[in-house]
Amino acid sequence: MQVRPRGCPVLRQLEGSAAVAETVGLCRPEVVCAYPISPQTHIVEGLSDLVREGRLGSCEYVTVESEFAALSVCIGASATGARTYTATASQGLLYMAEALYNASGLGLPIVMTVANRAIGAPINIWNDHSDAMSQRDCGWIQLYAEDNQEAADLHVQAFSLAERLSLPVMVCMDGFVLTHAYERVDLPTAEQVDAFLPPFEPRQVLDPADPVTIGAMVGPEAFAEVKYLAHAKQMQALDAIPEVAAEFELAFGRPSGGLVRGYRAEDAETIVIGLGSVLGTIEDTVDELREEGVKIGALAIKSFRPFPLEEVRAALVSAKRVVVLEKALAVGIGGIVSSNVRMALSGIDLHGYTVIAGLGGRPITRRSLRALFERAIEDRLEPLTFLDLDRERVEAELERMAGGGRSGPHAENILRESGIVGARSH
Amino acid sequence: MADSNGQRVRFYQVGSFAAGNRLLDPEQRTVQARMDRSNTLTSGHRACQGCGEALGARYALDAAMRATDGKLIAANATGCLEVFSTPFPESSWQLPWIHSLFGNAPAVASGVAAALRAKGREDVRVVGQGGDGGTVDIGFGCLSGMFERGDDVLYICYDNEAYMNTGVQRSGATPPAARTANTKPIGREHPGNAFGQGKDMPRIAIAHGIPYVATATVADLHDLEHKVEAAMELRGPRYIHVFVPCPLGWGADSADTIKLARLVVESGLFPVFEAAGGEVVGVSKIRRQVPVEEYLKPQRRYAHLFGDPPRADVIERLQAIADANIARYGLLEDASDIDHTRVGSTSDARERG
Repeated sequence: MQVRPRGCPVLRQLEGSAAVAETVGLCRPEVVCAYPISPQTHIVEGLSDLVREGRLGSCEYVTVESEFAALSVCIGASATGARTYTATASQGLLYMAEALYNASGLGLPIVMTVANRAIGAPINIWNDHSDAMSQRDCGWIQLYAEDNQEAADLHVQAFSLAERLSLPVMVCMDGFVLTHAYERVDLPTAEQVDAFLPPFEPRQVLDPADPVTIGAMVGPEAFAEVKYLAHAKQMQALDAIPEVAAEFELAFGRPSGGLVRGYRAEDAETIVIGLGSVLGTIEDTVDELREEGVKIGALAIKSFRPFPLEEVRAALVSAKRVVVLEKALAVGIGGIVSSNVRMALSGIDLHGYTVIAGLGGRPITRRSLRALFERAIEDRLEPLTFLDLDRERVEAELERMAGGGRSGPHAENILRESGIVGARSH
Repeated sequence: MADSNGQRVRFYQVGSFAAGNRLLDPEQRTVQARMDRSNTLTSGHRACQGCGEALGARYALDAAMRATDGKLIAANATGCLEVFSTPFPESSWQLPWIHSLFGNAPAVASGVAAALRAKGREDVRVVGQGGDGGTVDIGFGCLSGMFERGDDVLYICYDNEAYMNTGVQRSGATPPAARTANTKPIGREHPGNAFGQGKDMPRIAIAHGIPYVATATVADLHDLEHKVEAAMELRGPRYIHVFVPCPLGWGADSADTIKLARLVVESGLFPVFEAAGGEVVGVSKIRRQVPVEEYLKPQRRYAHLFGDPPRADVIERLQAIADANIARYGLLEDASDIDHTRVGSTSDARERG
């Protein structure tokens, strides 16, 4: 971590993780607790450095034996009134699952970076959104960053949102694609962040001077009400997210965050929906097609939880078709984001296409997207498409299974067929 | 215990050690006998009649409250203690208390401690607590992590030797031959829970080299109070493992909770000791050794050992465990060469036999 002069914003060429670590540091966390998992590691290493360099005052950096413990430490710290931060990805997020629901159920304003990564098996360290999507219903606000500037900015907004609503917030940034990418980032100053983010005033706190019981057992007589309150707070977040984003823009002079962001979508007949860093490639492809006179646009969903039904509906109401590009798969049905988008479309007559893309880090190229969009425009797309799927390999494996007997592990079979694993032959 | 003339005071009145409080120097009297006791786990909770855990938790936390001048925060694992003390909208806890999950109480306690450190509130102390399932099984990883990091947390395990809250299933603390819902004595080959399994959590705690480890039972509540106070005089991770009979789960009379806790010690099945810095530094001597049958017989979880035909072979193996404990810890009056110095205290309650 470099030391930079206080007081003036500095444009720097920074790794995404470093930008996030610096920005989280500027938010003055009091307890940081994390367990290492790629591609989250550089973020928490950065914070560990900041703590050891004494740049975060009395902030405690706690190293733990699992992600389950990491979030549990955060729960204890947040309930004791400390501004609390953690980060994870993939398997780590799943290992936290029980504690994720607990943190939101208790209404603890913890902020967490999710460096989005695939979930095994087969084990895979590369980017997609399977991890965060799997926890879409755990009660955390989920914000998705499109680039490193936004990833950094969203953390400042996340603490503000979390503490206003007493809800935990996940900032999702694409693993490696953003976390390990060097981009120009305009880091705020400590003064700017201090002015934007007042000290944490907890709604509930473990304090011997005023003892409370946090986490009591609740039966049928009140459980639904407590859960409804969690929903009500997320509905409040639908107002708070754009408010915080507007305040942020005013204070820092650049737009970041919000619920959705349209791109050349006003008169578009075809709208492509996506989340996170893939928007860049989508927009480039939109530009290409626009130059050829195609009425196509894009819609970035920035807040997946709460899901901005009204904003999505407003963006799609005049379109003829929507293509939802998803970096996650709901096995057995297809799209996760699509299902949510459809909730926004009641009574609107348009063609809806789900495209599963970029799983396990497979590159989503402009060329593939262009071909995909062209088929969509002609309404020749299947309702569910797997972008760049190698059909031949899949068919071969299905055939092998149909043969009965001990057909072996899929991953090994497919890799062997591709000549990637050559140790054993059939 | 020695009086002001240095003469050894022995409490022989009743088996429970409960009497004799009035013989002590006022400073050494039990916390529960004080007007200013904090009633940390106050009345009205929904524990079963004769619940050893409720008793142990009340004494332990009141002692900790006294030691910290009421500046205490508790993190509780899911389990009986959590369920019977906080049925919505009631709470029996008169201290700041948090329940998060079954397996994370030690980590939540670590988080509380970290926040207090960050805020410069090290006058406020932290207790983590749970049952044996929450401690030796599902919370084991978090507990070990809390130990090795040196977090300033006293963790108390109330060990009733099975998952009572879910209907008496076996845990890693269930003793051999005990009947539980999933270790039923079926046929000669299955005389209850298997031998050679289970975790000796106090010794595992000692192996972490933490500043203080102790065992205690609800038969000697003054000893429990003393150990909690001793623990609160120290910083860093501390562990107290309290043996708490469960009348419902063990098939024992509610009136026998204290008796069983005393017999388990006097049989040698549950050694009561203290350890500091990785070494055992004090043991509670057995005043009158009893055969294990005396402890086993009043509990229906061992009824299959006393049926027709009786399982003398199984009882013999249990007696062997008791004998091994007695030898290992020097539990008989004449068998010890262990230093009896108390940790964090000048009193010598170890000699109460």
